[in-house]
Amino acid sequence: MSVRPATKANDPAPLGMSGLLEFEKPLLRIQHDVEEMEREQRETGRDLSAEVRQQRARLTATLKRLYASLTPWETVLVARHPKRPQTTDYLRLVFRDVCELHGDRLFGDDRAIITAFARIGTHRVMVIGHNKGKDIKERVACNFGCAHPEGYRKALHKMKLAEKYRIPVVCLIDTQGAYPGIGSEERGIGYAIATNLMEMSRLHTPVVCAVIGEGGSGGALGLGVGDRVSMFQHSFYSVISPEGCAAILWKTAEERKHAAEALRLTASELLRLEVIDEVIAEPLGGAHRDPETAAGSLERFILDSLTDLKRVPLDTLVRRRHERVRRWGSFYHSPSEAAHPSSAPARSVRRASARTARFSTRFAGGEKVSV
Amino acid sequence: MPERVDIPAGLWSRCESCEHMVYEKEVAEALYVCPECGFHRRVDARTRIEQLVDPGSFEEFAQDLRSTDPLSFKDRITYQERLRREQEKTGEPDAMVVGRAFIRGRGVILGVMNPSFIMASMGAVVGEKVTRAIERALEDNLPLVLVTASGGARMQEGMVSLVQMAKTSAALARLDEAGGLYIVVATDPTTAGVAASFAALGDVILAEPKAMIGFAGPRVIANTINAELPDGFQTAEFMLEHGFVDRIVHRAELRREIARIIDYCGK
Repeated sequence: MSVRPATKANDPAPLGMSGLLEFEKPLLRIQHDVEEMEREQRETGRDLSAEVRQQRARLTATLKRLYASLTPWETVLVARHPKRPQTTDYLRLVFRDVCELHGDRLFGDDRAIITAFARIGTHRVMVIGHNKGKDIKERVACNFGCAHPEGYRKALHKMKLAEKYRIPVVCLIDTQGAYPGIGSEERGIGYAIATNLMEMSRLHTPVVCAVIGEGGSGGALGLGVGDRVSMFQHSFYSVISPEGCAAILWKTAEERKHAAEALRLTASELLRLEVIDEVIAEPLGGAHRDPETAAGSLERFILDSLTDLKRVPLDTLVRRRHERVRRWGSFYHSPSEAAHPSSAPARSVRRASARTARFSTRFAGGEKVSV
Repeated sequence: MPERVDIPAGLWSRCESCEHMVYEKEVAEALYVCPECGFHRRVDARTRIEQLVDPGSFEEFAQDLRSTDPLSFKDRITYQERLRREQEKTGEPDAMVVGRAFIRGRGVILGVMNPSFIMASMGAVVGEKVTRAIERALEDNLPLVLVTASGGARMQEGMVSLVQMAKTSAALARLDEAGGLYIVVATDPTTAGVAASFAALGDVILAEPKAMIGFAGPRVIANTINAELPDGFQTAEFMLEHGFVDRIVHRAELRREIARIIDYCGK
């Protein structure tokens, strides 16, 4: 369902003066202690370096503990963190020689989706990503990353350009959803997303997708059909926002925590359900605490994927992508087919665990992170 | 959401659009279109099939697919309990019926959504049935007709339901490449995940008068723009005006119009 509460309702994550998320409050006291000791050290000249080191170790340990068992709702907060790296950050940190291209050739240039030629490793790629914006002015200009039909049409136009020269497409997904507005409906947002789903399934060039922050419903999926689909460890991907789901099923948005849990929107759950192929691990405390390390993990995911995918003949690649999409979300059972297993090969009930085991989880900075 | 699908037990009922008292038998004979104002009432999948196909020609397939509740979803009640209640209420296992049929002598693959089953929301079963209908049309070289009505993806199946949008659209890419004909009949309400996937991809898109067709929910849009929505926003007529519907067709004309398009497209 695309029914979501108003755009204003879910941005950005609530932050206090400390810049910490609600569940990170245990860090506040330790951070305060460290600052106090450092000030004392400066003012009195006493050597407190051992104590400071100890407190810093406590800080790291607490952060580890908090992030080792994020609830789904906490994951949503991290994914929406206003300082979380965005497409523009990754364009700077992961890619070289970025050459932005504008316009859908039909209506305009939607700032909510950025499209650019770029280089990564030895590859030329077309990067297509949602753009949430950094400051208020930019956020308003790009509607907080909620794209209009022209955004999806621009994306498709550049994908077709990439296909013509066999340039792989890299999609970075980070949106609350497509823009819910009059112009959006007038210009056919449904048609624009549907067309992308159809065309991406048969694009004759490798397509690699990563959810870097918020994967909001059809607006996310509209850039999300690929040969490899991955998610950052603390990103989320959902059919509806937890607030919207709570409002409809629980009749109160207050139940968003329960909704976040019920929707199975985290990377580890979606790996289990085979919606995604891979989880990209984040640095300790989330990508916003160390964008460079997060960028390094993303870069490795893209490079590994491209190396694999470029080995596959194009016809095989497109056929495999089709088969992959064909199997997507096949959670149904069929008593009559179960009685004739030969007539329904591998289509009926599928167990998630089998394939999950074949995909590795990526580890940020060499550190093992359980997902 | 008012329950518009169930046929009232009484002999008379009040039209929910013009509020005239109408004689139920007469309404049924008029294919559940109000004789006073022409309002097209929502109809369940079986009634729709009866209205559309040559008598006795419908052969259903994939009828025994059932959801596996992949999320073990629970809100105020469990999804399994919700499914059970809906199955009891409608006598249908899920929100979609697909099969082979004849429409005025033309063989077709027909799929019809059932708006009374959890708003005909699309989960794995609906997505699979749509996909199988597309694949059957391709194999049998028959035109595909899908009658859409849906609240969108089914929340209770989370991302499993969202990816059905991609699955059905990818299947349509193959049908398109093979030169297959695909006719959409958009009925009230065709929205959200269905409006942004297979309902938008017809070679020809027909719509019933005044049917609600749109992506985002009207309340969500009104909240976002902080203004009232214009009259007739997200109706079939609005979609026609903006270029996303080919023809608005009265229910009584649907059989003839579908046959005519099949004849034009040579299958």
